[in-house]
Amino acid sequence: MSTFLGMPATAPRGVGHLRGDEPFPAAAHTALANDQLRRNLRHATTTIRGKSGRVIAELPDWQELRSAGSAIKADVMSRLPELLEELEARVTERGGVVHWAADANQANAIVTELVRRTGSERVIKVKSMATQEIALNEALEAAGIQPVETDLAELIVQLGNDQPSHILVPAIHRNRSEIREIFLTAMPGVDPGLTDDPPVLAAAARKYLRETFLSTKVAISGANFGIAETGTLAVVESEGNGRMCLTLPDTLITVMGIEKVVPAWRDLEVFLQLLPRASTGERMNPYTTMWTGVTPGDGPQDFHLVLLDNGRSAVLADPAGRSALHCIRCSACLNVCPVYERTGGHAYGSVYPGPIGAVLSPQLTGIEDNASLPFASSLCGACFDACPVRIDIPSILVHLRNRAPHPKSERAAMRAAAYTMDRPKLYARAQRAAKLARIAGRRGRGLPLGWNRARDLPEIPAQTFRDWWASR
Amino acid sequence: MRIALFATCLADTLFPEAAKATVRLLERLGHEVVFPLEQTCCGQMHINTGYQRDAVPLIRRYVSVFSGYDVIVAPSGSCVGSIRHQHALVAARAGAAGLAARASELGARTYELSELLIDVLEVEDVGAYYPHTVTYHPTCHSLRMTRVGDKPLRLLRQVRGLDLVELPAAEQCCGFGGTFAIKNAETSAAMLADKLTAIESTGASVCTAGDASCLMHIGGGLSRRESGVRTVHLAEILAAT
Repeated sequence: MSTFLGMPATAPRGVGHLRGDEPFPAAAHTALANDQLRRNLRHATTTIRGKSGRVIAELPDWQELRSAGSAIKADVMSRLPELLEELEARVTERGGVVHWAADANQANAIVTELVRRTGSERVIKVKSMATQEIALNEALEAAGIQPVETDLAELIVQLGNDQPSHILVPAIHRNRSEIREIFLTAMPGVDPGLTDDPPVLAAAARKYLRETFLSTKVAISGANFGIAETGTLAVVESEGNGRMCLTLPDTLITVMGIEKVVPAWRDLEVFLQLLPRASTGERMNPYTTMWTGVTPGDGPQDFHLVLLDNGRSAVLADPAGRSALHCIRCSACLNVCPVYERTGGHAYGSVYPGPIGAVLSPQLTGIEDNASLPFASSLCGACFDACPVRIDIPSILVHLRNRAPHPKSERAAMRAAAYTMDRPKLYARAQRAAKLARIAGRRGRGLPLGWNRARDLPEIPAQTFRDWWASR
Repeated sequence: MRIALFATCLADTLFPEAAKATVRLLERLGHEVVFPLEQTCCGQMHINTGYQRDAVPLIRRYVSVFSGYDVIVAPSGSCVGSIRHQHALVAARAGAAGLAARASELGARTYELSELLIDVLEVEDVGAYYPHTVTYHPTCHSLRMTRVGDKPLRLLRQVRGLDLVELPAAEQCCGFGGTFAIKNAETSAAMLADKLTAIESTGASVCTAGDASCLMHIGGGLSRRESGVRTVHLAEILAAT
């Protein structure tokens, strides 16, 4: 029964979507220049924020729920191997097959082989962050298998040859006229007279998806929760497409990040309250689908669970950063983040954007590969207050900044500043020197710092406070 | 009461009026203010930019300079937040357990100005007169790290002649974020632009806050826009008569 995945390693390069092509400031430059994108993002995040805030305010015990969620997750991380083995045993007892994948390459190979064995050349997919993370769609396509996303927003992203830019609302960066264009260009059998009226767009997607559901024998899902005690997997979603995928096909393959395990059935009581209110601003999510192994004559008769590590054990090994694994992918932190609101998800270069992405991606890949992400935050702390499981994202950002490689010139300047500040007399001399150094002018011309882009420098006062104090 | 002032490096160097006003205000209320000259900086810039090891001597300095005082005040929610929540943690991670314990104990005796006035000195009306239309920006670290809550607003509401106007989307970050303003200058500027628009929409002639750092950023933006709105530290309004 004991399964050895090898020593904790970070997610491998060359596969998956955890690394961007350029550092955050460069990627943000592109996004900030796109006015349409910023308008779409502002509208969407403001709407979700308002809705979520209203339903959270209805619960008198919200803070206690957050603490309970945090405590359950901390417990899970403290005994993850034991819980995973329990989950494996229960799934196996109930007729499922459990596979262990150390990384994205292994997981993609396992899933591709499982699909190939069924003989199916097409799979339907439930929106899943884990399969996005490992680029499973690309792996299946390379093997001649067509993956069809069935979540509406995920379908829009897929048909647009695009990448998701939000955990919960993957097409948040698109408006309805853009979506109409994408459908007209890429959706098989679409009515050429399609308008950009949302119900008309939804009906077009529904017609296409309905045909696909009824003619595809293999489904691939992620999992929001895996219950160790019973071997039950759970997916929560809003459109019912997930329910179709999880019940109609003959074969179901679930790819689950190992951190998604929870000890007991009753733990869902906490998370099924926290998740919908924090994420979509709903009191209860519309569809919660749960399945336990295989039930003869009901639902998929062939069930496989792929447990994915892909850097998670490495995250777990760092006590100061591991609570990033507590994330339940609600995206509340994205919706309150002033940086995300202006740059959008693509600037983060990973399927995990926003504040949680800024702490999760660099830990999964190793900090060298995502060194700019921990700095993509003003440390305003709105994410911590919004997180339904109380992940202290600002503290993890600060921790990761300490581990990130620093530019040489910055290191020298910081060292010099610390040296001066630890010597009051030298410090006072430096203050007086600053007073004389008005060369840059208030517009900061000649400063290589980027401060002068939108801000004037303060007027340098004639006297420092300590000099005033001394002269009193 | 004998109160030790931690001026913060920023106020000491660039915004002395905020620290002077803190002294004048506390003395007017009948307290003795002391300014230990060996103080410099709390080290927050080093901690938040990823130079925790370099911040340890600055933490040690803060602890040794202020250990002898029962009550310490700083006109900055951000520096107080760092002292209270980061000093002990950084010292502990550097293996300095003794320093961490002393830092943690000292953090509990270090107050942001509005906290000192309301929680310790138990005064809401400080006897100020400031005949201007003012809007208040609750800086992120005052709000979410130091948790000063509505204390600055309670103090401002008691100021005679002052017309307090609400700032739309007040709790959104202004985009300063220390070295974030330089490392991600464009994103910072986009956040600032929205904050400036919100401030200008209030019709206020003064924008105030409890942090000189955010006011430096906002003030720099207002100056660039030639908007006519001024930034003034909360302490200066409370010290005005």
